[in-house]
Amino acid sequence: MKKAYAAALAIMALFGFVKMGFEQQLTEEHRASFFHGAKLNLDMRQQLGQLGFLAALSGFRSVVADLLWFQAHTAWERTEWGRMALLFNNVTALEPRNTMFWDMAAWHMGYNASIAARNNRKQPREALRIKAQREYFKVAEDFLLRGIQNNPDRYKLYDSLANLYRDKFQDHLKASEYFAKAAQFENSPTYEKRMAAYELSYCPDREQEAYEMLVKFYKMGENEHLPTLLTRLKFLQEKLNIPADQRVYNPPDK
Amino acid sequence: MNTLPSKTKHRIFSPSRVSAIAGNTLLELVRLKVFYFLLLFALLIIGTAGFTSVFDFKIQEQFQMLKDMSLGAMSIFTLLLSILATAMMLPKDIEDRTLYTILAKPVPRFEYLMGKLVGVFMLLLVSTLVMSAMFALALYAKQQVVIGESVHGLTPSQVLEVTADIKAHAFTFSLVPGIVAIYLKAALFAALTMLISTFATSSIFTIFIAFTAYFIGSVEGIAREYWYASPTSGQLAKIFLALVALFFPDLQLFNLVDDIVAGNAIPTALFLKTVGLGLAYTGVYSFVAYVIFSFKEL
Repeated sequence: MKKAYAAALAIMALFGFVKMGFEQQLTEEHRASFFHGAKLNLDMRQQLGQLGFLAALSGFRSVVADLLWFQAHTAWERTEWGRMALLFNNVTALEPRNTMFWDMAAWHMGYNASIAARNNRKQPREALRIKAQREYFKVAEDFLLRGIQNNPDRYKLYDSLANLYRDKFQDHLKASEYFAKAAQFENSPTYEKRMAAYELSYCPDREQEAYEMLVKFYKMGENEHLPTLLTRLKFLQEKLNIPADQRVYNPPDK
Repeated sequence: MNTLPSKTKHRIFSPSRVSAIAGNTLLELVRLKVFYFLLLFALLIIGTAGFTSVFDFKIQEQFQMLKDMSLGAMSIFTLLLSILATAMMLPKDIEDRTLYTILAKPVPRFEYLMGKLVGVFMLLLVSTLVMSAMFALALYAKQQVVIGESVHGLTPSQVLEVTADIKAHAFTFSLVPGIVAIYLKAALFAALTMLISTFATSSIFTIFIAFTAYFIGSVEGIAREYWYASPTSGQLAKIFLALVALFFPDLQLFNLVDDIVAGNAIPTALFLKTVGLGLAYTGVYSFVAYVIFSFKEL
């Protein structure tokens, strides 16, 4: 029987030596395909508790993430914004490849928590309310930037970040830049390119570039003659003093 | 006149003997009513589907949670089934003395072990297929309900667009590799549990060691990477890490389903390599189980 155990150990060790290198290579290939990106560190261990952490380690990351998402949802109903941010951090660390979690976390922070902070009746000083609101914008931006770092191969978060820059930061240049990045993806909606041009049309010193982009869209045909495009084109034609005979769009007189 | 039955030559390996043992093993397990767990699974997915609807979740969130919970449950149930069903197999056959009856016949020990394992693999396959079918059905039902609720007052072109969007969140074939990985992990564990049970003293010991192996296997990747990355760490730590990396499977490599649900597509070549690794583990563990079992005094 001792011989059997010795033979068994020898076979296992031999297989172990062969498989270790293969597993290491396979892990790297998996990572290159964006698998196993979750960051399970000591901070996470403290926040999840022993059982949650064990479950996350044992291949039930998504289930743990969903349970935390439920908690975050309950926190939202109670307007516990700080707790929500903490829970979102854990959820996104567990599921970094799930764009929905990054997107929703940023939306809650940038659009809900920020408004709640701006309208906080417990804070009589407006300056501090505005400061709190801007802090939530930054939290939302941070979620989206980290989300993009983990999902550079998907357009969704670029689009969401562009919307955040446009709606909350009023930073049209960055908004245009991120709409343009989103537009580079094959599966992105066709409006991304238009949005990039619209946002650029609001940027000082970039009007000429924006004008050329909008003219290109205008010349694509009737389908592209959308109200915003026409409005921005009219604005730029006037701003750039385009001679009447060179204008592609001549709005009917009122 | 007496006619003697024609003497058939005994073959070293007979697929029909293996399939007979496998069939009996499956039948025994079915008689133990192990499939009742499918009722639990059905309740769980119906509960999750209903529960997410009650909350004010977006459609994408509802599908996400239904998929996560269902696939998580599939993973747990197949793992439990593979460990528990395999752990009791040898001790039960020894206790019932079935093992002696079978081995007293011209049945080699490896055929006996193989038959037992194939029986468990079949049980796992049937369970995985039934759970997958239930999961697909639940997603389809949810999809139909959501489409019904979402298309009111829309133009035909908008209906098409909304329907396509909802369908993209429901059951897609990209989930299949994730389900295959769940099955592979369970099969690997059946072989590992069989290996443990060849030298274990009781079923409880086998189950305990198998679950411990599961938890160690879940962090094996971390140990291996640390071993590779830190050549200056202490000798004791290095030996310990090397032992973990040598003798335990890296289960993280089979945990593909989380990222697949999140929209990751696994390249075919990479998936095939993962399948190959799973099969290699299953094969090696089965062979080592045979080596120990062949010397075991019964």
